[in-house]
Amino acid sequence: MSPRPLALTGARLIDPAEGRDGPGWLLVKDGRIADLGAGEAASLPDEAERIDCSGAVLAPGLIDLRVKTGEPGAEHRETLESAAQAAAAGGVTTIVLQPDTDPPVDQPAMVDFLARRARDLNLVNVLTAGAATQGLRGERMAEIGLMAEAGAAYFTDADQVITDSQVLRRVLAYAGGFNALVAHRPADPWLTRGACATEGELAARMGLPGAPAAAERIGLERDLVLAELTGGRLLADQITTGAALEAVERALARGVEASVSVGIAHLCFNELDIGDYRTFFRLNPPLRAEDDRRALIEALRDGRIDVVTSAHTPAPAEDKRLPFSEALPGVVGLETLLSALVGLHHEEGVDLIDALRPVTCGPAELLGLPSGRLAEGAPADLVLFDPNAPRRFDAAQLRSRSKNSPFDGRTLQGVVRRTMVGGRIIHQA
Amino acid sequence: MTSSDAVTDLIRARLFPFPHSHFLSAGQLNTPDALALLDLADAMVGLSRQAAKKTDLLKGRTLINLFFENSTRTQASFELAAKRLGADTMNMNPRTSSVAKGETLIDTAVTLNAMQPDLLVIRHSSSGAADLLARKVACAVVNAGDGGHEHPTQALLDALTLKRTFGDVSGLTVAICGDVLHSRVARSNVALLNTLGARVRLVGPPTLMPADADRWGASVHHDMDEGLAGADVVMMLRLQLERMSGAFVPSSREYFRFWGLDAARLAKAAPGARVMHPGPMNRGVEIDSDIADDPAVSLIQDQVEMGVAARMAVLASLAARVDNEGARR
Repeated sequence: MSPRPLALTGARLIDPAEGRDGPGWLLVKDGRIADLGAGEAASLPDEAERIDCSGAVLAPGLIDLRVKTGEPGAEHRETLESAAQAAAAGGVTTIVLQPDTDPPVDQPAMVDFLARRARDLNLVNVLTAGAATQGLRGERMAEIGLMAEAGAAYFTDADQVITDSQVLRRVLAYAGGFNALVAHRPADPWLTRGACATEGELAARMGLPGAPAAAERIGLERDLVLAELTGGRLLADQITTGAALEAVERALARGVEASVSVGIAHLCFNELDIGDYRTFFRLNPPLRAEDDRRALIEALRDGRIDVVTSAHTPAPAEDKRLPFSEALPGVVGLETLLSALVGLHHEEGVDLIDALRPVTCGPAELLGLPSGRLAEGAPADLVLFDPNAPRRFDAAQLRSRSKNSPFDGRTLQGVVRRTMVGGRIIHQA
Repeated sequence: MTSSDAVTDLIRARLFPFPHSHFLSAGQLNTPDALALLDLADAMVGLSRQAAKKTDLLKGRTLINLFFENSTRTQASFELAAKRLGADTMNMNPRTSSVAKGETLIDTAVTLNAMQPDLLVIRHSSSGAADLLARKVACAVVNAGDGGHEHPTQALLDALTLKRTFGDVSGLTVAICGDVLHSRVARSNVALLNTLGARVRLVGPPTLMPADADRWGASVHHDMDEGLAGADVVMMLRLQLERMSGAFVPSSREYFRFWGLDAARLAKAAPGARVMHPGPMNRGVEIDSDIADDPAVSLIQDQVEMGVAARMAVLASLAARVDNEGARR
């Protein structure tokens, strides 16, 4: 926490929560946003340290709802520390850990343990999602109430589909009693069994076992009806298809408490990218047809996507240097999330404010966080970035222990100049 | 044996024309009948408290306890109630067969009916079993608990306990807490407490609350503190241990943390609030021992005593009706 107030002037303030996008200034004091305004600051405290932002974008620090590390249980993939450093470098100020660790986060002691480890690191804000079911086995409810009390941000079985509808129904109902959010990745478990690609011409030609993209909507329709039945809060997690987005629209019209998250990779890539069997494009759910990617971009543009995640999944070479169908799915994304969103601005014409909404106020509102906005009194979790500066991205330079980035070798725009958490600068470039 | 002391005179004076052939549900009682039954039961308490506990109201009658589901305390309570009224009693504990339950039940009923009992007390794991039996036998049937449906004598003894503690059930705020979903005690209590003019709240996790329970004439609360706020009576329900390992509730420690009753939580209720439990209790899971055993707070022992009196009132009312009808078929 900076003892002196910090004045950031000459910035382009972007705050999706307030619909603000324009030149302005912002004053940080005691770890919080003390004041902000458009144009030139009229009077700033004399003792304030000043930073001239030179027109760079000053936005709320990113909130990433879906981050895996290898801690505990697989520290060779990623530690909390390496993940937190990656986040800081990527302008991400709050990460939510997934519970599929070893042992899994399915009881309050594990939530406590991770919170303490994160506090010791003292870098970005680290929250933990609790398991929805014991051992993520989809059979018996985990201690949702006690974990919520211990600070669990929401509840999910991560990549595991809860196939037993009675179990998911009770999880939604029970968590609803605590007003807790349940994230569930929709997929029909039988249609997707053994698949590593989206069923279609390409997968067939490549000889890869595919699952129909409709498996997502089939699973999702059930999840949405269960949310309707129970009144629970459902985050349809890692949506990848236009048909699934339409299913959510219909549910929202019925008054279901549903929201949508999308992984950044599904906004940037399509199934053609797996063309040369590059395992860095092996994802779960798999990359989809271009039509589906376009549907996601349109939804991003008009605010129908509540959350975009990095779906940060560290997988070292031994997990990826394998035949496509045997490789571990997933990519790292903490350090490229912001650049990828900026890329959607440059390449797809998505307004920056729309691209930033699902990584700032979108997730903040779902979790009831005070951050994710530029507002007086909010925590000074901020990112200052140049949206136009190019950089050639070299995965070897990643702070993550695992280097499985699909952006390796590409030129990205959007360079993080400073990342601030609680008014403290934790990254500077 | 003819008793003619003041207590039995009072009991005889309070007998009233009971309008039902069977006692199958708390919902079948209207307010005047419920009040009259409680007055009669109140008089029965006096009988149990004197040295000579026996009267001849049911002299010569035969009562059969037919318990397909084990329940030591309810069966003993009915047996004692019948004996104090002078009836002959017999206990039958047939095993519930997993196949063709209905057939077994009816076969048993027909067999028992041929023995010419006057009162048949049945407990069964299937909802509606008491109604089915009542249609197949000539004697009066008392429902001692049928599946997840009703346990009307429990509601009556709870009401009697409240009447004797507070003077009047009407106007009391009663919070029924715990596994409402599987509880026949809750269903009977909601019905009778509403009939008697109490305000009823149902408190428990969403997974243990029946769909549309808010249409039962009770308000539904998932937050225990909110459900207890200002309540005069906290009625705890038993939670089967096998339901606390993830199917309905994640664990017993989580259950106690959010829905268990301890002194701190009871402090949210009205000053002087009293605690009830139909038993048997899971100490440390749904109720703290300090509360359960505190005579200034707990009515749990009173409930057991009132159980005998309430059942005596039911048996006497049904038997008196048989008297009025004269000889049976």
